[in-house]
Amino acid sequence: MPWTLACATDDIDEEDLIRWDHGGQTFAIYHSPDGEFFATAGLCTHENVHLCDGLVMGHLIECPKHNGQFDYRTGEAKRAPACANLKTYPVKVEGGRIFVEVA
Amino acid sequence: MIKRNYSPFGPDAQRAVESGLTAAEWYHTDVPRKVMKDLMARSDQPAIRDTIILYGCMILFAGLGIALWPSWWSAPFWLAYGVLYGSASDSRWHECGHGTAFKTPWMNTVVYEIASFMIMRNSATWRWSHARHHSETYLVGRDPEIAIMRPPELAKLVLNVFGIIDVLKFIPLILRNAISGPTVEERTFVPQSEWGKVRRVAIIYVAIYAVTILSAVAWGSLLPLLLIGLPRMYGAWHHVMTGLLQHGGLADNVIDHRLNSRTVLMNPISRFIYWNMNYHVEHHMFPMVPYHALPRLHEVMKADLPPPNRSIAEAFREMWPAIRRQMMNEDYFLRRTLPPTARPYREDFRQYVPGMMPTSAAE
Ligand code: FES
Repeated sequence: MPWTLACATDDIDEEDLIRWDHGGQTFAIYHSPDGEFFATAGLCTHENVHLCDGLVMGHLIECPKHNGQFDYRTGEAKRAPACANLKTYPVKVEGGRIFVEVA
Repeated sequence: MIKRNYSPFGPDAQRAVESGLTAAEWYHTDVPRKVMKDLMARSDQPAIRDTIILYGCMILFAGLGIALWPSWWSAPFWLAYGVLYGSASDSRWHECGHGTAFKTPWMNTVVYEIASFMIMRNSATWRWSHARHHSETYLVGRDPEIAIMRPPELAKLVLNVFGIIDVLKFIPLILRNAISGPTVEERTFVPQSEWGKVRRVAIIYVAIYAVTILSAVAWGSLLPLLLIGLPRMYGAWHHVMTGLLQHGGLADNVIDHRLNSRTVLMNPISRFIYWNMNYHVEHHMFPMVPYHALPRLHEVMKADLPPPNRSIAEAFREMWPAIRRQMMNEDYFLRRTLPPTARPYREDFRQYVPGMMPTSAAE
């Protein structure tokens, strides 16, 4: 799968996320507190709510609707009512730009 | 006027799904991301302070109640203990259920489990019913936490001031949960992976009540029941009072929390007991914001909200006539005027679904 340019590193505050729509899909791209970047599916697995309005705490993303939580590095559901894991996508950073390998 | 059917298997529930109402996007006030991030930030300190005060007061009041028992001088201490047990537990259950009260997850879990027991809600079931209450607030047949079903039944509301209806529902339900897990209705919102937990929690609750009742019988004293169980009745009035105000007399089957929820400014003691849930529109629109940040959120949002009620009494003066009118006409609801700075109510979606909130019902 080709790497797709998503955004610039400084588009995302540290310990925050943004929404990125591409090819009819929606993604969430995260900037972790230790300066790394990650990408997951953009919708919560509980009720398809956009995660971009949620809260990043350390390596967790909390969904804005019912406070379900996921580890955005692995996609693992960490707190009910989120039970199904989030899909994750590989990310690479080159020259201040973030690329996502969209499956 | 069309009779509402609150069953999750009834025609209103079916219509809400088929019409797309349940999947509709709710109205949100615009709050800049930076401001919202600041409001959503978690902290342990306010909830640790409040929890120490709460449990400290409970121990103190119960201790004084026991020391003065059986004199009538013990009564005020039991009444104070009862409100903390039977009403403050409602808001602790609520906030810790959202996981926003404390920053540290285990602290939310511990207080949630204790509060669920005190308020007589199976902790494994109610987490899910409350998620539904947030997704589908006051959608008839879909929201399992509708406090005032229409047409309102006055007798039930009055009995519940003493927790009577809730406790009468809880006893057979917890026994059934302990024997066979969640009921058919509960299985509509509790995922199968949690059914075993529903049963385990119920068994623990039943065991604690059994020990309490046996102790009362063995000692020939009411004291064990005054401490565990009965305060859910004699101390329920405060959470019923504030709970009725949350959505009472307002619209149902809408997708704008400004139409179906009420913000009431109230005294600091009630706000402590209620953990700031008087900012109810704000909480429903942004459940990520912890209770201690809701007054700040209110300031940020208030230009987009109907003016809050200035006190509990004023809110009742607004709500009560509406509830009485709903007894005669269940389509009636209060539609509060928005300030000129607010964006209009989101009424463009689905209010014309047959049998659901005809706009002519609003006055
Ligand atoms: S929609 Fe995300 S936790 Fe419910």
